[in-house]
Amino acid sequence: MKVVVCVKQIPDPADPGALDPESKTLVRDQKLILDESDSYGVEMALQLVDTAGEGSVHLVSMAPNNEVSGLRTALAMGAESATLVSDDALKGTDALGTAKVLAAAITRSEPDLVLAATESSDGYTGTVPEMVAELLGLPSVTFAKSIAIEGGAAKVQRQTEAGYDDVECPLPALVSVTAGVVEPRYPSFKGIMAAKSKPVDEVTVGDLGIDAGSVGWAGGGQEIVSVEEAPAREAGEVIEDEGDAHERIVAFLDELKVL
Amino acid sequence: MGLDKIWVFGEGDGESVATITLEMLAKAREIADTVEVFMAGDGDDYAEELGDHGAETVYATGDLDGGMQGVAVASAVAAAVADGDGPDAFMLGTTQDGRDVAARLAVKLDTPVITNVVDLEVDGDSLLGNEPVFGGTVDVKTKNTSGKAGIFLVRPKSFAAESAGGAEADVEDLDVPDLGAMGAAKVTDRFAEESDGPKLDEAAIVVSGGRGLGEADAYAMIETLAKAVGGAAGASRAIVDAGWVPYSYQVGQTGKVVKPTVYIAAGISGATQHLVGMKGSKNIIAINKDPEAPIFAVADLGIIGDVHKVLPKLIEALNS
Repeated sequence: MKVVVCVKQIPDPADPGALDPESKTLVRDQKLILDESDSYGVEMALQLVDTAGEGSVHLVSMAPNNEVSGLRTALAMGAESATLVSDDALKGTDALGTAKVLAAAITRSEPDLVLAATESSDGYTGTVPEMVAELLGLPSVTFAKSIAIEGGAAKVQRQTEAGYDDVECPLPALVSVTAGVVEPRYPSFKGIMAAKSKPVDEVTVGDLGIDAGSVGWAGGGQEIVSVEEAPAREAGEVIEDEGDAHERIVAFLDELKVL
Repeated sequence: MGLDKIWVFGEGDGESVATITLEMLAKAREIADTVEVFMAGDGDDYAEELGDHGAETVYATGDLDGGMQGVAVASAVAAAVADGDGPDAFMLGTTQDGRDVAARLAVKLDTPVITNVVDLEVDGDSLLGNEPVFGGTVDVKTKNTSGKAGIFLVRPKSFAAESAGGAEADVEDLDVPDLGAMGAAKVTDRFAEESDGPKLDEAAIVVSGGRGLGEADAYAMIETLAKAVGGAAGASRAIVDAGWVPYSYQVGQTGKVVKPTVYIAAGISGATQHLVGMKGSKNIIAINKDPEAPIFAVADLGIIGDVHKVLPKLIEALNS
C-alpha cells in the first residue's frame, strides 16, 4: 500500500514570525520545523503500512527556500522519500493554490491513500485537504479520529459536533486526521542518521506543469487590504495564592451575580 | 448599499437549525437584499425557522443516503451556479461539513475561500472578510478579487442570531449530480456523546481544565466545579489529545468557540490555539502555577497557584 502524507514545514509556534504590513506576506526567516499536526498523519501512515505488511510512505511538502528540516524529521520517523515543491513563484500562494501544487505533486506517486492534517498550526484554514481531494477526483473523509484499512476501504471514525460517525470509504481516498488519531513516535538516533540519506526530490512549479500565474499572489484571487493590531484585552488583577485565593474567586463571582 | 444575494450554508440536526446558521443569517440580511439557504437534507424540516430568521428560499438536496455533505452539496451548488442561479457571495460556518463544502466549492468554481472570518463588510460590489490572525493579536481584512462570488468561512459566535419575523421559507430542490467515485464515502453509523448540564457553547459559565491538572483523574474536579456553578465543563486541546476527555469538550481553534459570562481556566497555560476559542468571554478567571503563563494576559482575575489546592477549597466554598 502506497500512502502519501502532506506535510507542512512551519515556523516554530513559539516564534511564529509576523505579517509584514507593507508586503502583507508572512515574514519567516527562521528555520522551519515539521508542523506537529502533521506528525500524526506521518505516524498513522507508518502504522497502516506496517499493518498491511507491504508498501511505503512518501511525503509531499511545499515550502520556500528549499527548506527540508521539517521533512527530515518526518523521514527520521520512518517515511521513505519526499517531494518538495519550492519556487519563488509560490510566494503569497493561498490555500487553493497550495492545494493545486500538492495535488500535482501527489499525482506523480499514484497513492492508494493520501493523508493530511485537518489543519495546519499556523494558517489553520482547514480547507487544503478537501481541496486536494476535489482536484484529484477522490472521495474523502475529514476529521478522522481513527483509521483502519479493511478490504480495500478506509474505515474511519469522523469527529462531529455531537460525537462521531463511522464512515466507510473505498480506496483510493484522502483522509484528514486530527491530533490524537495516534501517538506520534519520536525519531530514533538510527532514524535520524538514516533520514540524512533518504531521497528528497526537489521540484519547481514548472516541473509539475503548473502555470506560475495560477499560483502565488497573482493566482490568489484575494487581496489583503489591511493589517492592524487588534485591540488587546486588558489584563486584570493577578494575585498569588496564599491559601485563600478561592475566597477571592467566590467574591468575584458574587460581584458578577452569576451564582 | 449591499449585495443582491447571499447564500448561507444551512446545518441542522433534523429538527432545529444549527446556531451558526442562524448567526450567519443575521449578518447576511444586514448586507444583502436577498438571503437564501442551501443545505443537505430535507428543507421542510427547517423552512419555518429559517424563514423566521430572514431566509426567503431553502435549496435542499434531500437525503444523501449516508453520503458526505462536502462533495454532494458543493457539486449541487456548482451545477446551480453554472445554470446562472448563483449568488454574489457564499457564507458557510467553520464546522466540519462547512469546511468540506467550502473547500470543494472553491475548486469547482476556482475561487478562493476566505477563512476564519469574524466579520464581513460591504466594499463596493464586493465583500471584505475580517479575520483575526496570530491568536487574535492582528486583524486582517481580505477582499475577494477573483471577480466571482466569494466564499467566506465564518467562525461560530461572530454574530448574534436574531429572529427577523419572516414568513416560512420556500423550499426548492437542490439537485445533486452524479458524483462518481468522489461520492463513494458513506456514513454507516452515528454516535452522540451525551453530557449533563448546559451545552458548552451555550453555558453562562464554562470551567475548563488543562495539562496543569497533572493526570486524567484530576479532571473530575473540573466537572464538580462546573456542576457547582451550574456551568459546562471544557478542556484544552492538550488533554483532549492525551485522551483524558472527548473532543466534544475541546475549547479552542480546533474545538468550540465559547463566549460565556465567566470562563474559568484551570491549569491551562493559554496557548494561541486555546485563546482563540475563549478570549471573547466577558470575564476570565485563570488559575495556574506558572506566573509567566500567557493566560494571565487575558485574565480579569488571575490566581498564581496550584489547581490541586485552589479547586477543592473553591468547590467546598461554593457547595456550602
